[in-house]
Amino acid sequence: MFANDHRQRKTGIALCLGMAGLALTGPAAEAAFFEDWERSGYVGAEVRAFSQTAQHEAQSGQASASLELEAEYYREWEDSDLSLTITPFLRLDSSDPKRSHFDLREFYFQKINHNWELRAGVGKVFWGVTESRHLVDIINQTDLVENIDGEEKLGQPMVNLSIPSNWGTFDLFLLPYFRERTFPGPEGRLRSQPAVDTDHPIYESSAKQWHPDFALRYANYFGNFDVGLSYFYGTGRDPVFIPEFQPNGDVFLRPGYFLIQQLGLDLQYTAGPWLLKFEGIARSGKWQHFQAFTGGFEYTFYGVFGSNMDVGTLAEYHYDSRGDRADTPFNHDIFSGARLAFNDEHDTTFLGGMVYDPDNGATSLRAEFERRLGSKYKLIIEGQSFHNATPHDLTYSLRRDSFLQIALRRYF
Amino acid sequence: MKPTLSAYKTHEVPTLNKGGTYTVLLPAFTAAAILVLISGNMASGDLAVSDSSLTPEEKGLAIAEAAEARDSGWGDWVAKAKMILRNSHGESSSRQMRYRSLEQEVAGDKNLVVFDYPRDVKGTAFLVHTQLVGNDDQWLYLPALKRVKRISANNKSGPFVGSEFSYEDLSSQEVEKYTYKFLREENQEGFNTFVLERYPVDPNSGYTKQVVWLDKEEFRSLKTDFYDRKGSLLKTLVQKDYRLYGDGFWRADSFHMANHQTGKSTLLVWEDYQFTQGLSERDFDRDTLRNVR
Repeated sequence: MFANDHRQRKTGIALCLGMAGLALTGPAAEAAFFEDWERSGYVGAEVRAFSQTAQHEAQSGQASASLELEAEYYREWEDSDLSLTITPFLRLDSSDPKRSHFDLREFYFQKINHNWELRAGVGKVFWGVTESRHLVDIINQTDLVENIDGEEKLGQPMVNLSIPSNWGTFDLFLLPYFRERTFPGPEGRLRSQPAVDTDHPIYESSAKQWHPDFALRYANYFGNFDVGLSYFYGTGRDPVFIPEFQPNGDVFLRPGYFLIQQLGLDLQYTAGPWLLKFEGIARSGKWQHFQAFTGGFEYTFYGVFGSNMDVGTLAEYHYDSRGDRADTPFNHDIFSGARLAFNDEHDTTFLGGMVYDPDNGATSLRAEFERRLGSKYKLIIEGQSFHNATPHDLTYSLRRDSFLQIALRRYF
Repeated sequence: MKPTLSAYKTHEVPTLNKGGTYTVLLPAFTAAAILVLISGNMASGDLAVSDSSLTPEEKGLAIAEAAEARDSGWGDWVAKAKMILRNSHGESSSRQMRYRSLEQEVAGDKNLVVFDYPRDVKGTAFLVHTQLVGNDDQWLYLPALKRVKRISANNKSGPFVGSEFSYEDLSSQEVEKYTYKFLREENQEGFNTFVLERYPVDPNSGYTKQVVWLDKEEFRSLKTDFYDRKGSLLKTLVQKDYRLYGDGFWRADSFHMANHQTGKSTLLVWEDYQFTQGLSERDFDRDTLRNVR
């Protein structure tokens, strides 16, 4: 269902285009087909420009364009508290075939009872509190070709039993199928050097993607504290990279997915304009034992200078006990940023931030701007730049990939 | 045709039967004042106002408590709301949302707002557990990320979804959130009203003062003037098209907020009020936000 197979990807694209066609061909055809369904989503166009030519000759040029579509179809059966949510996603990219991809973000049934909730199918779950990195969040795989910020996730097959109680909420997850991380292809920008060979992953489990993973989460709040405790056992979502030398001299990185156990804690303390945040994990497997945490704050100035604007200031520190051997750029880094909410009728927001590694000076700047145009359109501008990366820093591969992208979405 | 305030005047006055539970919570002198209100000529409230032993502050508090008592016991309600935002050039944009509210006996009420329009914010949900003293607890649900975020409650003076209503204007109006002063009685648009000043207790409030016109018969808020931190008149709220719901609870269909300093205004129209829907604590729990539609 999710294999990297062109035929299946085409089926997905056809299904998605079909749904989009229904959505766009007019109310009559659609009303007949989805009489009991609620529909929402967006279609968008995006252009990306890079400040420099690519580092490797196989990589695409300084500009690319793509189309995106996400549609949510929802229906419920009133007498039974049963609902079905289907959310297909599609991107077609002009320069990187690996970035052109289809994904079922959601396809799940949900049954809500008085004492329990059951979700079965493909779903999406978020855990955590920090802004610049999501350490604890482990259920869904990152859809890295979508955005290098790691915020976009692939749909995860799951059975989720949720039990609310007076002592907090208990969630049990059975995850029968593993999703591999998406990576840009050899032609793509914003990729590692050398590129990742997504067609030949390595698994520790002989069951490969079919190793049944398992997770537990407890969440509650006590006054100003919001707390989550989680445990995961199964194939870790973060791959390890193993260099592979081809007979013709080409080098690729093969992603290695290993069995891990992970304990996670996320904690937020909310006091007036202060949000104090902490996420910590302890992860262990046959080849890795480490701890990592992200901790920091968000302080917001409301109504600055007598205006309606709120200015939030954020700072977070990243620690990883593996140091330079960590498979993440966030091994010993400081994030600081500012969030501007204009609180106008266009919901205009701006987020700017910087990640800085005090050991080697590697710095990355990122900015995001969003504004609704009229009632149906939204303009999203994003940019990121990379500075001072030394060969020891994982952003070294991206040193020529500073970019600006502009997307326009139409919501329906 | 919708029964309006004037239409109501011919109705029978619903009885106040919720006094037993709340009076024990109140300071003795105000409880006494309310008992006078309840047992005496409740329709006019004359006794409380003519009681010369009460200071203007005591009288203001007594009226606020009587107004809360008049509107207690509703349990829960749901409604649809539509906002029309107008700027000073006459351009408008709209918002649509659904509102759910759960009454709490001894704590602040719980409210949940789910957005339907504009479509880019569809499914976004805002949950508030009102506190009688101190900051409310607030969570935001972001459907694209499936993320529930605890947010600071210091935003209370900020605009709610870009409108002329601030968060505090739309929060539960608990008695404890203000101190009061009775000003006068006045005829307002054909109603006999109490005119009170109230002063927000919270230093993060965007206001130094509000002047409220409450009709003497039913303690419905008809008009409110809001004064900013500099003490200048900032906004005026006019509530009209009151209708009677459930076991005798008044709700205005129309809230019009005009900003005198910017020329902007927002019309908030309530539709499909339904009381006693059997909502429970769980419908207002942080962890059920992800199921909210």
